[in-house]
Amino acid sequence: MATLTLNSVKKQFGATQVLHGIDLEVADGEMIVVVGASGCGKSTLLRIVAGLETASSGEVRIDGRDVTALEPADRDIAMVFQNYALYPHMSVFENMAYGLKIRGMSTAEIKRRVDEAAQMLEIGALLDRKPRQLSGGQRQRVAMGRAVVREPKLFLFDEPLSNLDAKLRVQMRAEIRRLQKRLGVTSLFVTHDQVEAMTLGDRLVVMHQGRAAQVASPMEVWGRPADTYVASFIGSPAMNFLAATLEPGGGAAALKAGLTIGFPDGPRAGQAGQPLTLGIRPEHIQLGQGGLDLAVDLVEPLGSETVIHGTIRGGEVLTARLPIPASDIGGVLPIILPWEAFHVFDGASGRRIDPA
Amino acid sequence: MTPSLNPLLQGGEGNEDRLARATLRRNARNRWIAYVTLTLGVLIFAFPIWLTLVGSTHDASTIGRGDVPLWFGPLGISNYVSAWMTGGEATRTTRSVPAWVMLWNSLNMAVLIAVGKIAISLLSAYAVVFFSFPGRMIAFWLIFITLMLPVEVRIIPTFEVMVNLGLINTMTGLVVPLIASATATLLFRQFFLTIPDEYVEAAKIDGAGPLRFFKDVVLPLSVTNIAALFVILFIYGWNQYLWPLLIVSDRDLETVVVGMTKMIGNGDAQNEWNIIMATAVLAMLPPVAVVVFMQRWFVKGLTETEK
Repeated sequence: MATLTLNSVKKQFGATQVLHGIDLEVADGEMIVVVGASGCGKSTLLRIVAGLETASSGEVRIDGRDVTALEPADRDIAMVFQNYALYPHMSVFENMAYGLKIRGMSTAEIKRRVDEAAQMLEIGALLDRKPRQLSGGQRQRVAMGRAVVREPKLFLFDEPLSNLDAKLRVQMRAEIRRLQKRLGVTSLFVTHDQVEAMTLGDRLVVMHQGRAAQVASPMEVWGRPADTYVASFIGSPAMNFLAATLEPGGGAAALKAGLTIGFPDGPRAGQAGQPLTLGIRPEHIQLGQGGLDLAVDLVEPLGSETVIHGTIRGGEVLTARLPIPASDIGGVLPIILPWEAFHVFDGASGRRIDPA
Repeated sequence: MTPSLNPLLQGGEGNEDRLARATLRRNARNRWIAYVTLTLGVLIFAFPIWLTLVGSTHDASTIGRGDVPLWFGPLGISNYVSAWMTGGEATRTTRSVPAWVMLWNSLNMAVLIAVGKIAISLLSAYAVVFFSFPGRMIAFWLIFITLMLPVEVRIIPTFEVMVNLGLINTMTGLVVPLIASATATLLFRQFFLTIPDEYVEAAKIDGAGPLRFFKDVVLPLSVTNIAALFVILFIYGWNQYLWPLLIVSDRDLETVVVGMTKMIGNGDAQNEWNIIMATAVLAMLPPVAVVVFMQRWFVKGLTETEK
């Protein structure tokens, strides 16, 4: 159990800057999910924390101790790999015991720890098997077990759920969360899956092009995204973005589609006519007269709800998620865009603009 | 029943019977062709061995007369005993060497070559694949280039080196020049490249050093390849002819492949073909044994190991 601190960690591969200076403060027992599209540098960040990759500059501290120059084995961490990396020729027991054996732990203590972890993960009956005799979910548990027996200061997860089928993934996701809470070990979890990120993390680090676009709790990231990238990445279907300009006084914006949207939470600073991007989540769009007309292109029934893709006046694409059956939809749909549901972003930089 | 579009299938019950009979006939014919071909193949490959086996049970004069017996003679045991114990009668010009000495030498040489090659190749491939050090690619290419230089090409300089080192007529001189092997290094390199990086990383986090990782992970995963290579290299070593012929003049160090040719005289005396054939049969046994024994091993390895 420990804290993790990253101080302006940078990484270059040749001329390519992969990480542009990441700062992060992880509290004891916290589960941090690093989420981003592929190539955003999230795996590199994890590998730097693990010590498998050396940072070009910056420092990594675990529990206040500077580990930047230490070997992975000396950092007191455990890692769960995407393909589990279980040694194929060793039994489940040997796989879990290997790290402890190398550390010179007594046989009795090894057995005690492995048995305890196996019982916790319900893999006690599998200890004599080889990894290839296990199902995907069981391998996942063994990989977790190998991390657990080490009783490390830090758990690192490198997309451990992406090799599982959808149903198992949901189940293992919950299990990982339960286990992490129970053991109270500080964890860093890397994923590209926003649902995993939302459900697992105490806080999220949304990575974009080698920078932390936002570090905040899942609900904060969802409710107050720091920029248009975060806004579009978190939430499904993705947030709609509409071009607009600031009205004089800053209390409202004029949509390109011809509608004026007021800002109920207060006026924004800025010149009149300044370009803005207004974001609204598909689920906040309502059915009703007096707003816009949505020309429906595509209807995706989800059962209780329906996702509707269409275009509004001016040709902008809009997606709405409405609690009505798919069979009732067709042609042109009158919709209302509630003012309080809008997120206001700068039209040029994409940064969120809060009331002055 | 819907009418079939295939004209062969139209025409009711009797037709189906006919089709079934045709299928049976075709299957029988195919089986017959397969057996005839296989039998022919076996005859072609096995006949010389059969002649050797049969020849080794007659007396020297039968074969000396030019007879080619097709069935065993009465002297099987005595020929083999004499080949094993004395290597036939000594003549004025050549001393005879018992087969057990030559077989022992061959076995030593083949095992040392196979083990030596595998040990060196494993380590050099491990270095080339898992470590990045300055000159790694140069090292790899230097090893690779030696592929183009078989023993025969470098035989004169190698001989010179062995003479200077005083290794003529020693087992060391016989084995060491044959050990350096690019082929096995390349094979292991290709195999090591298929070992996922995650194993290396997991081992780093587990705290296993390079030699520990080699011993605990790389070696057990390579068992299949090692077994397969051992078979190939053992036979390669066993069949060496030119190098042992050059480097060994002491007949106590003679290998069976070279020794057998020396048993065939130059006309001073009648060749003891029965003894020579018995020796040939004995010389065939160890490679056969290695193949039979190791084959079981690496098939097992193939089916039980998974990366």
